[in-house]
Amino acid sequence: MSEDPKRTDTPESPDEMSRRNFFIKMGVGSVAVAALGTTVFGYQYLSPNVLYEPSPIVDAGKPDHYPPDSVTLDPQTAIYVVRTAEGFFALSAICTHLGCLTAYKPELGIIACPCHGSKFNKDGVKIEGPAPRPLPWLRMWLSEDGNLMVDRSNAIAIKQLVRV
Amino acid sequence: MANTLDQLVEQVRENRIWRSIFRSGTGASNLHRALFVQQNVFLHLFSVKARKRTVGFSATWYLGALTFGTFLILVITGILLMLYYHPSVPQAYADMKDLQFVVSSGVFLRNLHRWSAHAMVFLVFAHMFKVFYRGAYRPPREFNWVIGVVLLLVTLLLSYTGYLLPWDQLAYWAVTVGSNIASAVPVMGSKIRFLMLGGTAVNANALLRFYVLHCVILPFTATLLVAIHFWRIRKDGGIYAGEPATKGKSE
Repeated sequence: MSEDPKRTDTPESPDEMSRRNFFIKMGVGSVAVAALGTTVFGYQYLSPNVLYEPSPIVDAGKPDHYPPDSVTLDPQTAIYVVRTAEGFFALSAICTHLGCLTAYKPELGIIACPCHGSKFNKDGVKIEGPAPRPLPWLRMWLSEDGNLMVDRSNAIAIKQLVRV
Repeated sequence: MANTLDQLVEQVRENRIWRSIFRSGTGASNLHRALFVQQNVFLHLFSVKARKRTVGFSATWYLGALTFGTFLILVITGILLMLYYHPSVPQAYADMKDLQFVVSSGVFLRNLHRWSAHAMVFLVFAHMFKVFYRGAYRPPREFNWVIGVVLLLVTLLLSYTGYLLPWDQLAYWAVTVGSNIASAVPVMGSKIRFLMLGGTAVNANALLRFYVLHCVILPFTATLLVAIHFWRIRKDGGIYAGEPATKGKSE
């Protein structure tokens, strides 16, 4: 290598990069790319693509199982089926504060959370407590065989009753 | 009797096998004592010499050492509990009940693990208060204080992840609340919760993730940080002995 006077490791002009500098930049650059790739890979690996969780769509059974003017909690699915004189609606039973399961208190006519004392009325409207939002109304419809169906993943902004 | 016992100990220590393991040899000289510490893989993290007032009770109240003691108890009892515990939804709660009522000494080991965990959290805080009020966090020990703060965090995370494992109502709702607190982080809160639980609810994936964190990732992190924490005591000039005594007050 020393035979050829033109092949040197030091740059000939100040704009030129030395060989050592070039390899350092290549090395640091490839480590940075690998680190970024590992981060993306790690994030993707840790996010499950398939969830073996219960379906968000719940079959709440026949409407006439629910007595008139009643609030019925199903603790397994964490929804209230509320029957009023005008019709049915479904309310999420999960407190909007920190996710505890609320309970309906028939003697007071309110929904109360055991964890931090939030209170809601039968429409899900907040009465008091740390909860930041009302309990969401969930999309409810009648299936073809006349069962009440609730989609827990679908909160509805406009309150609509299901009339049977 | 005492003489013969001493002689026996001395004989063992001069034995070829013993000397092949502990190379520092016998002798009560300062050199031998220093070599004993320096040539032991565990003890070499520490200084070979310490000021007398730093090894007394009043300097530290032994709070750091007691914290480490609870950590050792937790590692040993934790490994034993792992032999009977399956981190799965149908079995976790039943295994915990089996440990309480069926397994020989199971309730003892489980309670030892539980009480040591409470004690460790208490002792970590006590240790930090002691270090803080003595001013032992000041330079050159400021980085060891930072490691200590990370260790506090790891201790609390160990406590939190272990809390879910019995899979009872208390655990389930505590982790529901805790994971919802994590989702309050701006912008990426719900993503953090999703990664933490491995899903959208506290379920089988969450139990398994918390188990792996509790039994592998966090204990390894803690062990590594504890080793650095101890080594830095030596590197930062030994345990803080307070300001040098003045006006002829004897130390």
